[in-house]
Amino acid sequence: MTVQGSPRVLTREFVEALSVEKGEPTWMRAHRDRCFAVFEGARLPRFGPDLSGLDFSDLSYYARPVDPVKRWEDLPDELRRTFNALRLPEAEQKALAGLGAQVDSEVVYRSLLDEVRAQGVIFASMDTAVREHPWIRDYFMKAIPAEDNKFAALHGAVWSGGTFIWVPPGVEVSVPLQAYYRMQTEAVGQFEHTLIVAEPGSSVHYIEGCSAPRFARSALHSGMVEIFAKDGAKVRFTTIQNWSKNVYNLNNKRALAHAGATVDWVSGSLGSKVTMLYPTTVLLGPGARTENLSFTFSQDGMWLDSGARALHRAPDTTSRLISRSVIQGSGKSVFRGTVHVYPHAKGSKAHVECSTLLLTPDAKTETIPILNAETDDVELGHEATVGRVSQDQLFYLMSRGLSQAQAMSLIVNGFVSPILKEIPLEYSIELKGLLEMSFEKAIG
Amino acid sequence: MPVLVVEDLHVSVGREPILRGVNLALNPGRVHALMGPNGSGKSTLALSLAGGPGYEVTRGRASLDGEDLLSLPPFERARKGLFLAFQYPPEIEGVSLREFLRLACAERGQGFCEFHKSYPQAISQLRMEAFDGRELNVGYSGGEKKRAELLQLYLLKPKVALLDEPDSGVDVDALRLIAGAIRTLAESGAAVLIITHYPRILEHVPLSDVFVLDGGRIVEHGGPELAHRIGEQGFEVVRR
Repeated sequence: MTVQGSPRVLTREFVEALSVEKGEPTWMRAHRDRCFAVFEGARLPRFGPDLSGLDFSDLSYYARPVDPVKRWEDLPDELRRTFNALRLPEAEQKALAGLGAQVDSEVVYRSLLDEVRAQGVIFASMDTAVREHPWIRDYFMKAIPAEDNKFAALHGAVWSGGTFIWVPPGVEVSVPLQAYYRMQTEAVGQFEHTLIVAEPGSSVHYIEGCSAPRFARSALHSGMVEIFAKDGAKVRFTTIQNWSKNVYNLNNKRALAHAGATVDWVSGSLGSKVTMLYPTTVLLGPGARTENLSFTFSQDGMWLDSGARALHRAPDTTSRLISRSVIQGSGKSVFRGTVHVYPHAKGSKAHVECSTLLLTPDAKTETIPILNAETDDVELGHEATVGRVSQDQLFYLMSRGLSQAQAMSLIVNGFVSPILKEIPLEYSIELKGLLEMSFEKAIG
Repeated sequence: MPVLVVEDLHVSVGREPILRGVNLALNPGRVHALMGPNGSGKSTLALSLAGGPGYEVTRGRASLDGEDLLSLPPFERARKGLFLAFQYPPEIEGVSLREFLRLACAERGQGFCEFHKSYPQAISQLRMEAFDGRELNVGYSGGEKKRAELLQLYLLKPKVALLDEPDSGVDVDALRLIAGAIRTLAESGAAVLIITHYPRILEHVPLSDVFVLDGGRIVEHGGPELAHRIGEQGFEVVRR
């Protein structure tokens, strides 16, 4: 059977055909089979957003509308224009050590600076990496097993594309690596797998951007990210998603941080119909640290269910979970901040801070902090605030000559500044532009 | 020719009439004072001219350079050259003073380069070096807020500046600094209106006109000597 084609009910035959077409080793074929069985038996999550609009029998589980190219110029016109508008070729020249671009199920473009390649860094498409490096088996879905949730299982069965990064011991990649994910086909499912293995003492910053044109039918993005930060390694993972309002964005992201390692998650969620995203760091070794910075902007008809989890499994570990949610129109935002300190994780520190800014009377929000400590020798802090933009602030800024939309976006920018300043410049400028545009639209 | 003209202005706040027919004209290059007891409507006048929310104009006119002011949204009044220094400026978290001023100056037609020259100049003139990099009004003391308002005034170069109690809560040194800035502003051709209870600040500026507001009307209009009389005898002197 061919794996390309129109929407279908997912079958075991399809999953096998996908593996055959990709020329995968037998372990991966077996892995996909097992994940498919788990998927079939698993229920939808019993918390969070309504997923009834997601039809598993009306999705293209694999789509390859474009062939991979070596140069941007060789992409079809429409796509080239899109990537130009997103300023990807420009960023590649100016600010990145490497760049990958994926359209639907397959990576269509990839580059890596020679000097980074010479450092021994591997930056490859996940499909290629699975064929070329058998040892990946020891990492692939070892941080997030299929049994974790239905979407993890689905991902394991049909994953395609994504990024593999290996950073050799002691190597610091000084400039970020980036991947861009684009969903181009109607009712497509995108299931890229990202695996980062940072060897002891190494460091790397990886950035993901995501977007899609809007279609009438629902699309599904269900990526998985696994990070293995070994002793003393530093990994920063930044995601900015601006999916269109027909996309269900249901991801799994988890990092294992060994002794003295640092893992930072930075997430900006601006789009999608529904998002479920809870980046998790397991602090496995003494002195490991994690920071999770999340910014969500929920508009009419959107439900952004996000959060952060830190599991303290070793002494003297530190976590800081910071979120800023802005809600406009009838949008909804939920933030779930979970910290669990295990009995032997003495001397650990955790801080959870979630602030919400409501721009309209219809805006809905909920914050659900869960802080558990199984030892007394721990410092836990939690703050939550919900506020509205005050008329006084708006008037003050307008009395200085700023329009209402400018005033609103300045206040919102100020509110999210603790996150915004951690986002790479090109993206923070784009974010500011997007915010201002949406206020102009709303205010008229 | 006056630059700002207010005629028979009636303003209500929450249906309660506060201003009951204010007449007033401000001339370019001159410093005017608006005095009056607590609750006489001084701040209401300033806020309704700036277009504050909740200030309902029920009758009357106000014009800037002959153009109607009251039908414009607040930001267009500002872009035409009206500036209100707030008595209680609100705090705007996460927004740097500099970034905010850059935006506001751009709306007043000042280019990037011009701002990058004028900003440090104004900062050093007002001895506000310590403010650079701070957030807009966040954690400022009362006196610091007044100076930050003045910095904005300096950079935005309005045609008409309404200063709502620029002297309250400031020490002697800051008062001199503020008075100096007002002088410079008037010399550059702006019409200035200082709203105050106290004649103290008025001794440090080249004052031309004093208006006294009471019960929502201008009850007295005179020269600097009127401020002296009020300073010595209180507002009783204007009550008949």
